[in-house]
Amino acid sequence: MSSAKPLLSQSEHLSAPCPHPHHRQSSLSITSLGGLCHTASVSSSVTDETQDNNLYDLKEESEEDFDPVVGAVRPAFRPARKQFLSAELQPQCPPRVRKRLVSWGGVMDPWHNVKALEISGASTRASSSLVHESLNKSQRPRRSERFLQISMQLEDNIAHHDNPRLIHINDPKKTNDKFDFSGNEIRTSKYTFLNFLPKNLFIQFHRVAYLYFLAIAALNQLPPLAVFGRTVSLFPLLFVLTVTAVKDGYEDWRRHRSDRNENNRESLVLQPDEFSLKRWKKIQAGEVVKINSDETMPCDMVLLGTSDPSGIAYIQTMNLDGESNLKTRYARQETNKLVLEGTRISGVIKCEQPNRNIYEFTANMELNGHRFPLSQSNIILRGCQLKNTEWAIGVVVYAGQDTKAMLNSAMSSSKRSRLETYMNRETLWLSVFLLIMCLIVATGMGLWLKRHETQLDTLPFYRKLYFGQGKEGKKYKYYGIPMETFFSFLSSIIVFQIMIPISLYITMELVRLGQSYFMIGDMHMYDSNTNSRFQCRSLNINEDLGQIRYVFSDKTGTLTENKMEFRKASIWGKNYDNTLPMAGSLGDTNVEVEDLMFGRRKWKLKSEITPDFELMKLMHKDLYGEERIAARDFFLALAACNTVIPILTGCPSSGTDHTLDDIPISINYQGESPDEQALVAAASAYGYTLFERTSGHIVIDANGEKLRLDVLGLHEFDSVRKRMSVIIRFPDDTVKVLVKGADTSMFSILKDNPDDHIRNATLCHLNEYSSEGLRTLVVASRDLTGEQLVEWQNMYEDASTSLTDRSAKLRQTAALIECNLTLLGATAIEDKLQEGVPEAIESLRQAGIKVWVLTGDKQETAISIGLSCRLLTADMHQIIINGNSDEECRKLLYDAKAKYSVNFDSCEENAEIDYLEVPSKTKSSNLPERAVKEDGPTFGPLALIIDGSSLVYILEKDLESEACIISNFVLVLFDLATSCKVVLCCRVAPLQKAGIVDMIKGRTDDMTLAIGDGANDVSMIQMADVGVGLSGQEGRQAVMASDFAMGQFRFLKRLLLVHGHWNYQRIGYLVLYNFYRNAVFVLMLFWYILCTAFSTTSALTDLSSVFYSVLYTSVPTIVVGILDKDLSHKTLLKYPKLYAAGHRQESYNMSLFWITMADMLWQSLVLFYVPLFTYKESTIDIWSMGSLWTIAVVILVNIHLAMDIKRWVFITHCAIWGSIIVTYGCMVVIDSIPVFPNYGTIYHLMKSPTYWLTILLITVIGLLPRFIFKVFHHIFWPSDIQIAREAEVLRKRRRFFGSKKDRVLI
Amino acid sequence: MNSNTPSSSAGGPGSADATAPRRNSKRPKYSRFTQQELPACKPILTPKWVISTFLLVSFIFIPIGIVSLFASRDVVEIVHGYETECIPLNSRNDKVGFIQSDQDKTCIRTLTVPKDMSQPIYVYYQLDNFYQNHRRYVRSRSDQQLRSPGNARETGSCSPEDTTVSGTPIVPCGLIAWSLFNDTYHFTSNNGGQIPINKRGISWQSDRERKFGRNVYPSNFQNGTLIGGARLNESIPLSEQEDLIVWMRTAALPTFRKLYGKIEVNLRQGDVINVTLQNNYNTYSFNGRKKLVLSTTSWLGGKNDFVGIAYLTVGGLCFFLAIVFVLIYLIKPRQLGDPSYLSWNRNPGGH
Repeated sequence: MSSAKPLLSQSEHLSAPCPHPHHRQSSLSITSLGGLCHTASVSSSVTDETQDNNLYDLKEESEEDFDPVVGAVRPAFRPARKQFLSAELQPQCPPRVRKRLVSWGGVMDPWHNVKALEISGASTRASSSLVHESLNKSQRPRRSERFLQISMQLEDNIAHHDNPRLIHINDPKKTNDKFDFSGNEIRTSKYTFLNFLPKNLFIQFHRVAYLYFLAIAALNQLPPLAVFGRTVSLFPLLFVLTVTAVKDGYEDWRRHRSDRNENNRESLVLQPDEFSLKRWKKIQAGEVVKINSDETMPCDMVLLGTSDPSGIAYIQTMNLDGESNLKTRYARQETNKLVLEGTRISGVIKCEQPNRNIYEFTANMELNGHRFPLSQSNIILRGCQLKNTEWAIGVVVYAGQDTKAMLNSAMSSSKRSRLETYMNRETLWLSVFLLIMCLIVATGMGLWLKRHETQLDTLPFYRKLYFGQGKEGKKYKYYGIPMETFFSFLSSIIVFQIMIPISLYITMELVRLGQSYFMIGDMHMYDSNTNSRFQCRSLNINEDLGQIRYVFSDKTGTLTENKMEFRKASIWGKNYDNTLPMAGSLGDTNVEVEDLMFGRRKWKLKSEITPDFELMKLMHKDLYGEERIAARDFFLALAACNTVIPILTGCPSSGTDHTLDDIPISINYQGESPDEQALVAAASAYGYTLFERTSGHIVIDANGEKLRLDVLGLHEFDSVRKRMSVIIRFPDDTVKVLVKGADTSMFSILKDNPDDHIRNATLCHLNEYSSEGLRTLVVASRDLTGEQLVEWQNMYEDASTSLTDRSAKLRQTAALIECNLTLLGATAIEDKLQEGVPEAIESLRQAGIKVWVLTGDKQETAISIGLSCRLLTADMHQIIINGNSDEECRKLLYDAKAKYSVNFDSCEENAEIDYLEVPSKTKSSNLPERAVKEDGPTFGPLALIIDGSSLVYILEKDLESEACIISNFVLVLFDLATSCKVVLCCRVAPLQKAGIVDMIKGRTDDMTLAIGDGANDVSMIQMADVGVGLSGQEGRQAVMASDFAMGQFRFLKRLLLVHGHWNYQRIGYLVLYNFYRNAVFVLMLFWYILCTAFSTTSALTDLSSVFYSVLYTSVPTIVVGILDKDLSHKTLLKYPKLYAAGHRQESYNMSLFWITMADMLWQSLVLFYVPLFTYKESTIDIWSMGSLWTIAVVILVNIHLAMDIKRWVFITHCAIWGSIIVTYGCMVVIDSIPVFPNYGTIYHLMKSPTYWLTILLITVIGLLPRFIFKVFHHIFWPSDIQIAREAEVLRKRRRFFGSKKDRVLI
Repeated sequence: MNSNTPSSSAGGPGSADATAPRRNSKRPKYSRFTQQELPACKPILTPKWVISTFLLVSFIFIPIGIVSLFASRDVVEIVHGYETECIPLNSRNDKVGFIQSDQDKTCIRTLTVPKDMSQPIYVYYQLDNFYQNHRRYVRSRSDQQLRSPGNARETGSCSPEDTTVSGTPIVPCGLIAWSLFNDTYHFTSNNGGQIPINKRGISWQSDRERKFGRNVYPSNFQNGTLIGGARLNESIPLSEQEDLIVWMRTAALPTFRKLYGKIEVNLRQGDVINVTLQNNYNTYSFNGRKKLVLSTTSWLGGKNDFVGIAYLTVGGLCFFLAIVFVLIYLIKPRQLGDPSYLSWNRNPGGH
């Protein structure tokens, strides 16, 4: 098959029709891999062009290779694949699945040998997607829809092959002629100027709340029910509609603005014969676009050619998937040649319909009669940036909304806050009250009518019949007792409508808007590095920030800066500390150092490190001691034992040696692992600069001397060996094995040296390093003798060409030479933590928030980072679960549980001391084992460290065994995890992250927050109750999916402890107050209606009834909801434990609701009966009474609010007293219109002292119980917040008034 | 705990901002408002505050209570129910029949003045069980019609008492006007002298001047088959029909008084007043009671002890509470802001 068209071989196997030939293919490719890696004889024939070929073969190979890691996944995964086939694909498609895996690998930097990590990542990802698919099928009811949706993202890449998309290269007209492809204009906004009103109204009426208003308004239009005037009754509806429309309009305008910016960016487009700038929105599918270096792709394009003769383009996909390392994409040789020749290309690309899978692309291109396939490696996606490539030319295949980036940036679905859910529960109660009240009124009406049935005809105040105008005896608005009763029921609903605090939803939205304004404007959450403010992307869950119990954090880029720095080295038992700058002696030694660093000046690195002076001196000593040789080998190993590729920029390196020092060549090290980059950079700093790497050799500039080393073989890093080794031949024909690896795996294979002081010293240093949270690696070397080399070479060749058990064989081969090593030293790399991370984590933990770190990193790294960010402490007992199989995992898990379950109690206690835990129901019910308490050994706090593959077994197991609860793995894991202080999950795939979040979400009532910065965190961010995106190093994907976005992790502390706390307190109070405010009013009306023969008369004027909730009392609640603060941010940050108030649901809970309702009942009775008794048997008319009630209730609720305000600022004063004044003003205005029957009432009333006395009496009697209750509570059961507040306020006062003056009365 | 930095340091970031005038910086601008650091008063419930609040309330309330109580006690009130007494004995079984008949309904009652009453003495009629606040009733009026003669046809809200049989509008229309109270009272003193009743100025000035038109005259009023109450003199404009104006200020409660007139002479204790009344108004169909009330007035209004008692009670209660809290603070003091009361310090053993 492939032999027929050798040129196409690179992707031939991808489109192989069935798995069998494919296997042959991959076995073939192994030989070529050998060529890449070690056999110089073969590699000499390897050209650049076939390198591509190797890359993919490598994927294949490496996938087979890492059976220990992936293999365990396999058993589960294979049937999965079959399931995929049967379920999703047509019978002829098996290779696609295969290819899909490959392309997954291919997304990772294909240039390098793919590490086990990614492959396992990819396969676990696949298998977890399977997990969720099977979940999908079995329709487990408990799982949230959302999660399915996320998993569907991976599923819907199964393309619709029956309907391909045809792109005519360079012929946009023809391309867009037949098909209606979307242009490149993107639109995230919902409305246009014209459709705003209808569409907005349409959307608004999707909300039940507005339908309620509408129904009430409609009811009121019915003649028998007209309680209010017709227009007046529409007012509440109009009000909410307007407010919401204005808010929506503003938000949409902002989206418009950002869309416009995006759409008006410009790119070079071929039109018609030369490249000229064109706005992004004008670009169409089929056009040819030229991208220069560092530019962003305007749309998804198939590469046609690049500045590189081999058609390579480097892109950064940060905006897409968050990975910051460069990826390679290729233009097909066929087109690249044409492009370089300058020929106009015209061909047809047949590709799949737009889909959102960024890891796949299937298409083929017809060019000059030839047809060849295109794949993932040929497409560059919108949002990516071109790097290290002068230019690239591509043809647009997907534009605008069809691009994968846009398809992926689905609107962050709206979340509903926890408090709002509770609020709805209480709203139900209010509905019950409403219903009861309406029933009472209706029943009363029925009974009253029954009693007066005979008198109704003439009763002066009822008069059922007309007497006159020829309609003698005709009934006037009378429909019989049952109907009247029913109408009475309906009209009482109209009167009592605000019992259901619908306007509360709007109030809350406004308040949240205001809160967001302050969060955004908080200078302490501004990140000057990225020049980014805090962003509130979701306006619905501000208060959830005050109740977070679990924080799930990504590690790289979130906790750390994702910038590795070489910090320390231990060489030959001696510690060299890089962190200290050259001590004081800047005089002559400086010159000396500069001399020493002569060689280095030639190379300019992206990140310079200051070398250790001592070490520099050592490196340049001429004496050939053991130490000197060890140091040389050490740095050689750093420079050679890696997979980093140096990319030279600046001067072309083709020329001879540079003699001029002043033209430094800058090297950009591109590597899979930032650690390796840091190590290579470090080696360069000490004079060993790696500047060329081909498949067969590397060239190192060793202090000015060019050193060409043949790479005979390379044993990649894998997670079993935890080390990697290269076998290199020096120019003088000595062969050395250079090994670097984790300390645990290295010390066992060192040469048994009787003289152990180096080993001990190194060990000692390693401990020191890792306790500082540095990432350590041990470096060792070994000379190979001729026989050993031959033996190894034979075995290596055999192993790498073997079809079965290749990875095991390769491991054996590696074991052959990775022994008897000489310890050279150790390195310590710092993945610099972001500023303030340890403090933030510490604070969060004090606040009772459990911080879980979910990372794609390997276990060791995760632990070391855990240590450095004070997540893990030395006294913690680590439970490590990293099983490779189902059974192993189960065993580890149960062992851990058995071992520590005795400890759960003490651990819990421990946690409670630290975190003020509220005993949660779920927890205790899930831990029946806790009852078994033994006097076992006591452990410190526990830390659970679990890796991704174990998680797969566990999560998957749960799904498979849903019928029986034989292995309630997840439950066990959950128990274990929740009883641990710290949980670290390493090597987890994105969907697993979401799975973990879901596990916690599903099993506790606790609030979860996920924070991350990359695309791999998106699923987790969306799954968690609150998603926080970091707009830092890696792209915007996480930000797009998040509810809140900020610049740095440490802002989380402020966000939760300060703003979360405030928001929670404010909203909690706001909700209760609103319930109270509406209910007290309604109840007041209700009592009155009982005095009006149940006739739903309201003493208040129509306008006052309507204005009450929208004008008279709304502003203070909003202002207080936005501005009130119980504690200053300093206090909150100083005592993180105050955050527990949110955990305890202190400011909003059932009992508070009932207390408020009881208070409301009292106040409404006072409101009604005080005027009733005052004006008993008097001449008081209905409007005077109404006027009195209106003003009394407004004053009462405002003073009630005023009593609870913690912080009076100018605006609060304005709002509270202002709204009372406004109420008076409104009443004066309403009473000044002679058309109304209530004309002149207020003027008359204000002259009467009784009126004022009554208002004063109502206010005082109404609020007295509340005040007494408050005072008693304050004296006997002070809450933490109260005490902190007292401390805060009194301290300040004392400062102002001297020490004695304001002494507290004791 | 005690080393919190003063809040004035918060100005720090602001000055830093000023030094970095980057154009497109997104750094939030510093202002005390946006940073939520506006000068604020933060009240807390210190014992001093609590006790002084209670004392303040009691010091205000107790005097007001006393004064109100005295004012109420000073008011002299004569209340006389006559709905049964003014029905001849033989008709008492069929009160409705009597009231609807054309018999003479004159009735003479005598009242004794219990205490000296100084003028003005207000004469009220009090109706019981009359729901002037019934929704059907309250709405059955047309204020446009009352204001200007041009709006005579605005009877939309007046059903079922809107137009006559022929369709011409009733002025004033509606149930309220239709049911106008029509009992009349004449007072003579025991020595035979007339006690004049001033029926001017019994309604609100604003109503007379603005709401009831000066040139709106009653028409077609009480012309239907069913007569609800008083008839109006068609030659007097509505603005001078004060009984109507008073009546149309519908009462808030089912038991209400309406001003009938003012007696502008002083009455001595023990004076006997003969009241000649026309018992016309039909309250019998709904078991309503009628009372005649003569009352002096005070700055507080009529005779009502409620305000005084309520003020005294609340004032007393607050005084008592003030003492209670003084005791509480003395017996069980809690140092305000004492961190040892914080929940995590208070019960270190967990919950």
